[in-house]
Amino acid sequence: MLKPKYSRAMHSPYEKHFESAEQQRDTAVFGMWIFLGTEVLFFGGLFMAYTFLRWASPVTVEVGSRHLELPLGCINTAILLTSSFILTMGIQFSENGRPRLAASLLAVTAVMGIAFLCIKGTEYLHVIHEGLLPGPAFRIDRVMSPDSLRAGMIGALGQKANLEPQNVVPTVAELFFWLYFVMTGLHALHLLIGIVLCLVIAVLLRRPGGVSRNAVHNTGLYWHFVDLVWIFLFPLLYLAGHW
Amino acid sequence: MNTPEIQAHPAPEPVAEKSYLSEHTLRSWLLTTDHKRIGILYLLSILLFFAIAATAAALIRLELITPKGDLLSAEMYNRMFTLHGVLMVWFFLIPSIPSVLGNFILPIMLGARDLAFPRLNLLSWYLFMTGGCLALWAILWGGVDTGWTFYTPYSTLYANGQVITMATGIFIAGFSSILTGLNFIATTHKLRAPGLTWFRLPIFVWSLYATSVILVLATPVLAILLTLLAVERIWGVGIFDATRGGDPVLFQHLFWFYSHPAVYIMILPGMGVVTELVTCYSRKRLFGYNFVAGASIAIAVFGFLVWGHHMFVSSQSPYAGMIFSLLSYIVAVPSAVKVFNWTATLYKGSIALDTPMLYALGFIGLFTVGGITGLFLAALAVDVHLTHTYFVVAHFHYIMVGGMVLAFMGGLHYWWPKITGRMYPEQLGRLAAIVTFIGFNLTFFPQFILGYLGMPRRYHSYPAEFQFYNVLSTAGSSILGVGYAMPVFYFIWSLKRGTRTGANPWHATGLEWTTASPPPTYNFAVIPVVTEEAYCYPEPAGPPPKDTSGAEEDRHA
Amino acid sequence: MTFPVLPEEGSLGAREVDNILVALVAMAFFFSTVIAGAIVWFSFKYRRNNPVNRVRSDAHSLKLEIAWTVLPLLIGIGFFTVAAATYFRERHPPAAAMEIHVIGKRWMWKIQHPQGKREINEVHLPIGVPVRLLMTSQDVIHSFYIPAFRIKQDVLPGRYTTLWMVPSKIGSYHLFCSQYCGTDHARMIGQVTVMSRPDYQTWLTTGEHAESPVVRGAQLFRQFGCSGCHAGSEVIRAPSLVGVYGSTVPLDGGGTVLADEQYLRDSILLPNAQIVAGYAPVMPSFAGHISEDDLMALIAYLKSIGAGQNGESGRQSLTYPERAANPAKASP
Repeated sequence: MLKPKYSRAMHSPYEKHFESAEQQRDTAVFGMWIFLGTEVLFFGGLFMAYTFLRWASPVTVEVGSRHLELPLGCINTAILLTSSFILTMGIQFSENGRPRLAASLLAVTAVMGIAFLCIKGTEYLHVIHEGLLPGPAFRIDRVMSPDSLRAGMIGALGQKANLEPQNVVPTVAELFFWLYFVMTGLHALHLLIGIVLCLVIAVLLRRPGGVSRNAVHNTGLYWHFVDLVWIFLFPLLYLAGHW
Repeated sequence: MNTPEIQAHPAPEPVAEKSYLSEHTLRSWLLTTDHKRIGILYLLSILLFFAIAATAAALIRLELITPKGDLLSAEMYNRMFTLHGVLMVWFFLIPSIPSVLGNFILPIMLGARDLAFPRLNLLSWYLFMTGGCLALWAILWGGVDTGWTFYTPYSTLYANGQVITMATGIFIAGFSSILTGLNFIATTHKLRAPGLTWFRLPIFVWSLYATSVILVLATPVLAILLTLLAVERIWGVGIFDATRGGDPVLFQHLFWFYSHPAVYIMILPGMGVVTELVTCYSRKRLFGYNFVAGASIAIAVFGFLVWGHHMFVSSQSPYAGMIFSLLSYIVAVPSAVKVFNWTATLYKGSIALDTPMLYALGFIGLFTVGGITGLFLAALAVDVHLTHTYFVVAHFHYIMVGGMVLAFMGGLHYWWPKITGRMYPEQLGRLAAIVTFIGFNLTFFPQFILGYLGMPRRYHSYPAEFQFYNVLSTAGSSILGVGYAMPVFYFIWSLKRGTRTGANPWHATGLEWTTASPPPTYNFAVIPVVTEEAYCYPEPAGPPPKDTSGAEEDRHA
Repeated sequence: MTFPVLPEEGSLGAREVDNILVALVAMAFFFSTVIAGAIVWFSFKYRRNNPVNRVRSDAHSLKLEIAWTVLPLLIGIGFFTVAAATYFRERHPPAAAMEIHVIGKRWMWKIQHPQGKREINEVHLPIGVPVRLLMTSQDVIHSFYIPAFRIKQDVLPGRYTTLWMVPSKIGSYHLFCSQYCGTDHARMIGQVTVMSRPDYQTWLTTGEHAESPVVRGAQLFRQFGCSGCHAGSEVIRAPSLVGVYGSTVPLDGGGTVLADEQYLRDSILLPNAQIVAGYAPVMPSFAGHISEDDLMALIAYLKSIGAGQNGESGRQSLTYPERAANPAKASP
């Protein structure tokens, strides 16, 4: 790696209640980890609900999952993973005295996040169009009709005996889609916050005052966390019916 | 760090040098990041919510003087007890000691200049106020009558009123709690003064740390639950609706999974304050320091495992009930250990019954009663009879008011000279403490009897044979009200007319007493280095000489 | 004004609960006195400036800490054990108990006796006879509470919960709803009247009464078309329901379930949730078509046809005179 040359950002004075810049960095990172811990609990409740649902009605969850568009889910996963890589590169450059390049990379990250959200929005529209939005308009017949099951990676599964329509419990199917919207929606909300953070940091990196190393580092931690949540969401929601 | 210089200090310092109170503009208060000012902002906010909730309580007690429902309509009564519960739990008790005394004292006690994240601290306060304003809006524009527990399916399918607005207010205030907890944990780990190792920390710090861990872990569950409640009300998906395949008891599990640890959020800081008071006013080291510190952590951990004891008759499996009952007996043990250690600290101490000490001793007695009556409720067969009755109401008021509020008052009196640089009038303080103690017992002890007789909670009217104890309880509450009101008056009076105090009017140990009263904005001129254990009061050698330090002059009204 | 301290003991189980209470009060009194006494004594003896010997040893003592950790723990486990045992008995009614149906709704209690008599907010019971309540709610969660019997049970929509008791003293006792349920929660109260057995018999036969739930259930079984499939049909293959109550039912996809009241109810309202092994899921749902009262009547009928297959004697809804002939085996 390049020998680190400290950017102007590194020389910004530390806050007056800290004894040293290192103490401030240390504390900020520690605080971010605690915050991520609370986020784990926040999502954790929903993951527990999913686990319970899958254990109680595995067939219904599989059939519901088969209505989700796996290709779009795969593309989104690739987008997020790549964006994390690009963000890491950006953070490296910001710490090695190339703030403008770092800003560009952070902007690219944000754009990729926006692309993710657009694709997710498209997915939502498809699901709603199919009549699978939970609520009074939920069409249980659409869950079970063979026509609406997507081709692709299903393979020989359609012939499996226990995937008969009558083994699908209507209320559980609705709950599955409800969990789908809430879990991916909450994730999308967090991603949106991450996008805003990336854009703000990108703008600040181009300013003469620069931005503290902490802010960049913590933005990275946050984005990686959002990525990590998706890495768990994707197989649970999409791959459940497509393995 | 009880340096001899302070003991020999003859006269209080004049408040000529700048303290954190010097700037007077509104902007300097509303945009402050100084933990001390934020503590005062919280103090004013929670007093406002306390006043509203206490008024609701007064109306409830007035209504209950007579068996018939004649003062308030049934709807209004139901809204009153909901308002009382919601405001007292989330907008008074949970923030009280951590956000007022913790914010002010914790950094100074650690030898730091501020919390780890001062701007986050200010954000916490604004979130708290936003949540509180939403809650007040909900109350004024239609009210909520679900009880503070929001049980389904009543709250999702039947209740009219501003349930979602109220839930949103609590949701936002919950984030205030999470951020405060996060701030305290980071500060305790990273900003301790040199030499201040974990086992030299005052117990107040241990208690706040344990509280913060619960705040950070449990509050997100409440946030999710309130979201589910709102979603259910708006879109009717059916998670809590039995007719659609959902389960109303699921709500209770999720609710109590947060709300039981929440009661430990409320009491642990009080225990921390009591430890500070008992050691200072006995001039003695804490007995069993390691065990008291460990007990705080044990309470936090075990507190997460007992939520089902609120649901013994809810149709929960009896086997689950048995496990929760056993765990509830286990979680009582660390609290008992603390009570014994406090009492042992008094033994061979040098005890002064100043106002804070009166509150602390009152706490120990009333918390013991409250805690033991919790054991009544943990006994399965007895709980079947007592749950949903006034016995439960009496039990938790003994802990929350007899415990927590007394601890808050004690801490406020103890640190008042530090916060304001002025001393409150001692005789009035003692009188208020005694009046509060008497009024409290008269209000709530009869409710134990009412509970065993079978009077259910949340009853607007009741059978005539319960009237005697209800009248006693209301009479007691009027005395309790006087006990609450007195400090309001003499604290305000003391701001202008109280004796000015020096850095350490109580001659206590602890880093907060080494800096001026009130402290400068930056807390310490030089960050102190700690070399001694906590509560390092001098050991007496034989019968002690008469106490001739400047103690008396500092404390006279 | 009256100054009661304890409610009356109206049932055989009440005394046991009161005994545990007395022990708890004694324990509370003991520890409160010890702590309060120590505080007062120390505050007096060691008050500041009182010249007394304060020379002391360490500020910790492992022995003491262990002692006052282990002792409360043992006391706690003791109380836990005794109370749990009583609770366990409270949760397991005797087999030969008279069954009364309770439906809670805002804001009244509807009571259905097995012999056909119905009441609102009143429950008449014969002394000395074990009674089992089968309860549900039509709307929100309520809680059925008789302080004199020291028993309480939440009453839930969509679920059956049970309570049992043996009244032991003639008199009138309060019945309260003790789970907040809305505006008139405080008025959802009633009266439990315990009578001598001859008086109860007289009361049963006077006044208006409908047919017993078992008889009504049989009518509903035909009226809703259940007998069309379940009482032998050449067109549809449906499991026979004789003796189903109390038996273990094998399910499609493996696993079994105990056929209790909840199972029977769910089979009528959500038939496709659990399919019996070897049968097709063709039963229609009756959700929205049948009231709670009628559901309980149907279930009472189903319980009356045949004994359980697992050696467990079915809970047959005998009429009162038949039950009086079988002495109650219930332990309180």
